[in-house]
Amino acid sequence: MQITSAVIVREGIVVKDASVVFRSTETGSAFLNAAYEALEVMYPRFYKMDLLSKTGTVAVDALLKERTDLEHWRPEDTGMVLSNRNASIEADVQYLEASKAYPSPALFVYTLPNIVIGEISIRYQFKGENAFFISETFDADWMHWYVTDLMQRHLLKVCICGWIDVMDERPEACLFLVEQAPSATGQHFTVENLRSIYNKNYGK
Amino acid sequence: MENKQELVQRLKEQIIKQLKLEDKKPEDIGDHDPMFVEGLGLDSIDALELIVLLQQEYNIKLKSAEEGQDVFRSIDTMADYILEHEGK
Repeated sequence: MQITSAVIVREGIVVKDASVVFRSTETGSAFLNAAYEALEVMYPRFYKMDLLSKTGTVAVDALLKERTDLEHWRPEDTGMVLSNRNASIEADVQYLEASKAYPSPALFVYTLPNIVIGEISIRYQFKGENAFFISETFDADWMHWYVTDLMQRHLLKVCICGWIDVMDERPEACLFLVEQAPSATGQHFTVENLRSIYNKNYGK
Repeated sequence: MENKQELVQRLKEQIIKQLKLEDKKPEDIGDHDPMFVEGLGLDSIDALELIVLLQQEYNIKLKSAEEGQDVFRSIDTMADYILEHEGK
């Protein structure tokens, strides 16, 4: 198992495999919209999403952008395991505020953190195992154990995993593409490598 | 009361805002374009938002979900429905 690619999204910056692929002085939703346009995501549904799903969509699109073999991934073999600290609290509060006038169905659908997995799965037609965990900080040991277990039991061959959070409209994502197939350029899927990539600061 | 053309223009602006169609401008939406699947490509959640919009902006409640299929066929049919039911 190898980490074949990694993407970090933080306010003002999108980094893929240690190279900056987008930088902006915009913040919050405006930053994610600018990243969407710059990365040519081309998915009009993007504008309807909450910040967590926008962050996930930008991160996964950056992660998979140069992959030319996506059509060879069996949907059932491709899954996602994500985690964060704040669940869907931004969307929850937004929905609560809007509900004082009229409840908004479009806001309500984002009041669960795992909706980001659904949005990405719909976009890419992933149908494999998925899970969303809540933890105080990024738990590399747990993420490594859980993804390894899914792969060793042959439930997945490809897994997008990592951390994705939004608080005070600040996006924060560190996603890893983990594949069972050997790769010449990948890094071993280990706790140390997960932690090391997550902890890199990339000038922020 | 505004005329139908003014209402159609205002509806397009309200729909773009309410449904977050940020990649669309009012002039991109034809008065008779289908709103769902093809045309504007709206989905079932958008249909619920349109019901909220009718209630919030025009104080109109649909009698049933089935009625929405005819009302939300296009901007034109939605405008006709509003003109017929506003203030009743």
